[in-house]
Order: sequence, then C-alpha cells, then structure tokens
Amino acid sequence: MNPITPIINGMKITLKHMFMKPVTLQYPTERPKVAARFRGLHALNVSHDKAKCVACYLCPTVCPAKCITVEAGEDANHDKFAAVYEIDILRCIFCGYCVEACPVDAIRMTGEFELANYSRKDFVYSKDRLLEKK
Amino acid sequence: MEFLILGLPLMYYAAMVAKVLAAFVFVLLTVAYATYAERKIIGHMQVRLGPMRTGWHGLLQPIADGLKLFFKEEIVPSQASTFAFLVAPLIALIPAFITFAVIPFGGTIEVLGYKIPLQIAAYYDTAAHQVFDVNVGVLYILAMSSLGVYGIVLAGWSSNSKYSLLGGLRASAQMISYELAAGLSIIAVFMLSGTLSLNRIVELQSGMGGFEWYVFKQPLAALMFFICSLAEINRTPFDLPEAETELVSGFCTEYSSMKYAMFFMAEYANMVTVSALTATLFLGGWNGPMAVAIPLLGPVYFIAKVYFLMFVCMWIRATLPRYRYDQLMHLGWKVFIPLALANIVVTGIIGYII
Repeated sequence: MNPITPIINGMKITLKHMFMKPVTLQYPTERPKVAARFRGLHALNVSHDKAKCVACYLCPTVCPAKCITVEAGEDANHDKFAAVYEIDILRCIFCGYCVEACPVDAIRMTGEFELANYSRKDFVYSKDRLLEKK
Repeated sequence: MEFLILGLPLMYYAAMVAKVLAAFVFVLLTVAYATYAERKIIGHMQVRLGPMRTGWHGLLQPIADGLKLFFKEEIVPSQASTFAFLVAPLIALIPAFITFAVIPFGGTIEVLGYKIPLQIAAYYDTAAHQVFDVNVGVLYILAMSSLGVYGIVLAGWSSNSKYSLLGGLRASAQMISYELAAGLSIIAVFMLSGTLSLNRIVELQSGMGGFEWYVFKQPLAALMFFICSLAEINRTPFDLPEAETELVSGFCTEYSSMKYAMFFMAEYANMVTVSALTATLFLGGWNGPMAVAIPLLGPVYFIAKVYFLMFVCMWIRATLPRYRYDQLMHLGWKVFIPLALANIVVTGIIGYII
C-alpha cells in the first residue's frame, strides 16, 4: 500500500484537531458540572427539623462494603430514630445501594466529590456531619 | 584615513560582534520558546490546553523549567567515566549552535555608511563590491551537524549504563544512514546552483519576485532532505536514541540538572538549524516579496520560514508514532539513498538537455 497517504491523512487530522476547543478543565478554578444522578458524598435527609431515618437497618444490611454503622434509639414519642449513624468513607464504594434500599427516603447522595482529608478518623462521617450537607 | 585593525575597519568588528549577539540571542530565545511552543501545539493537537499555569497561558514555563533544572542536583554515576561524562553535553551543544554562523538571515543592510551582510561569517568587500562568505558553507554545516552525534555517543558510552549505550549506538547508526541520504539529496541543489556558498544559493533563488525557490524545482530533494534531517537530529518519528518505551531515556538516562538541559537545548537548537538550512536551501532563505528593496524584511521572511518549518516538525511529532529500528534502517538505506541517487541522475539529464 502507498505509505504516504496515511501520513498525510494523519497530519490532516492533527491539524483539524488543533482548531478544536480543548476539552481540558482548569480544575481548581473551573469546576466540573456533575450529573444529577452523580453518586458523591451521602447526606441524610431532614424533615421537620429531624433526620428522616427510622433506624430500620436496611442500609447497613444491603451495604456491600459494610461501611454503615447504625444504632437505634427511642425518642420521647416512642419513635425509633438513629442514635448513631456513621459512614466510613474509606470503605464506601459509592454504589448507592443504601439510597435504593431506604424505605423512607432518608439518605441521598450529593455531588460532593472532594473527600480528601488529613487523618483517618476524619473519613468516618458521623450523623451531624452527614446532616450538614443538606 | 580610516582606523584599521589587522587591515580591517573598526566597523567590521563591531558589526561582527553585533551579528553574533543578535543571532545567538535569537537562537537561544527560539530554543527556550520552542519547548513551550511544542507543548502548546501538541497540546492543542490533542485537544488539550498545554501549559497554562506559569504566567499568562503558561508563557513563563520555559523560564520555570530552566530555573528548576538549574537548581537540581548534579549527579555523576560512580561507575561513569567522569571527564567524558561531563564533556559530552558540551560536545552535543556547541555544534548545534555554531552551525548558525554561515546561514544568511537577511540581505545586506547599511549602517553608518558601512554595508553589513546579515550572515555571521561574511563581510562586504568595498573594493570588489560584493559579499564574501564561507564558500563551502553547506559543507561546514554538514560537518558540524555530524559532529553533534559524538556528544551523544560519548554520553551513551561514558554513562556506563546499558540503556545509554544502546541509545548512543543507535544515534551513531542512524546518523551514518541518514547523513548519506541528506547529503545526496542536496547535491541536486548544488547541481542547479553550481556553488556551495549559502549566500549565493539564496541570491539564486531571488528571481520571480522572490519566489524562485528550489523547492519548486526540486520538490523530492526538499522533502527527502527535510525528513533525513529530522532523522539526523533525532526528532520524532526517528527519536530512537531516546525511545522511552525501550531505553528509558536513551543516551541521557543518567544525566541530570543542567547537563540534561544542555542535551535538550542541543536538540532544539538542532531543530532551529535544520529548519534554517532547509529554508535557506529550498525555501529561498530570506527572499520574499520586496525583500531586496526593503532589507529589513529579509530577516522577517527568514524567521517566518524557520518558524513554519519548526511548526511542521512539531506537527509531525504530534502525528506520527516512532519508527521501528529496522523500518528506520530500511527507509534510510533502501528508500532514501536510491531515491536521492535517482534524483541526481534525473537532475543531471535535465540539466544536460536544457
């Protein structure tokens, strides 16, 4: 086969690409727009100033990484609520099964994706930190 | 009575120093910003941005790189042959720069009644009313450009590392194969010009409004010379002496700091020289519309042509993957040398008939 035509075709392609808009995102200054269904950091939904969670234990049951710790408590109205709700982000695989499993729509996933931290204990998100992400 | 030093007026020396400074500052700046341009151009060809952070659109990147390399630790491997190891980058760098001495970058300009040809190794003889330059300019360039490979071979050998040695050996083998084809392909130009003086070659291309370029008469020779030159200066797609995939970094594997920077400067300076030489031999040098009437346009046309050819080098780098070693040898010995010989024969026959 003629060896020159492919070279010329290749050079045409590179020249054409030179005038395209670069796809680079200047990250810290330009932020990516995450999709609506993006699975980032979890958040506990709030209703009437209380977390909606009823401590049914479906999310730690379904969690494949076993990163959710729930302990139930009983409030003044004899309603069950999550006295402890912790997610270990280091173990979490962001599969979103907890959201699917929740019967009362108490947990969702946000677009938050910058989860770096300085110490290991900071990666365990306690209930109040998860609530803050409303 | 004019003041003379060794039989030459003072203006001669002043002009010489000025030309040397201008040409070297130009080459050094071009070398520094060629690295930036290369990263930018290849970046955009890959639909990226390239350097953006250091200064406006990354414009200070070459300076930052230079500073970084300058302050890095100098490492000489304990098993290396120290003297050869230290001297190798200089041997690579110096021939890359001194080739610029004979390349004419403009016509003759007149300063304070003294005529200065814009070519470092040239002067205007007031008695004979013509420019004298090195009458074997091309030969000088070919000699110097093949000296550059000594630096690479020496670097490869003195590093005492298998990768470096292989890189150096590849460089010498590649140089020998492509030097021949490059030399043969420009013989066709000399058959047309009848001279080796670069100044005269440029003058001969000044017809037809500055567009009587040899590339139109010798398109095959121009193409072959450019490709062979790419191979000679180890540019992609012929950068086998520093093939990262096989040889880590080839001959400069063991080098660090400024010595490494020197190899890089040599590589880019070689690119400038090759572009300048191709522009001079085939693209009419500093010729162009109105270049004879307005002498200051000469350098502008020349720089434009050099930068265009350097852009082509980068364009090729962004497009083509590296050749395999046997393909490289096949291309050199079995394609380019026969083609160059055939080109000489055809040029000779046509020249004989006309």
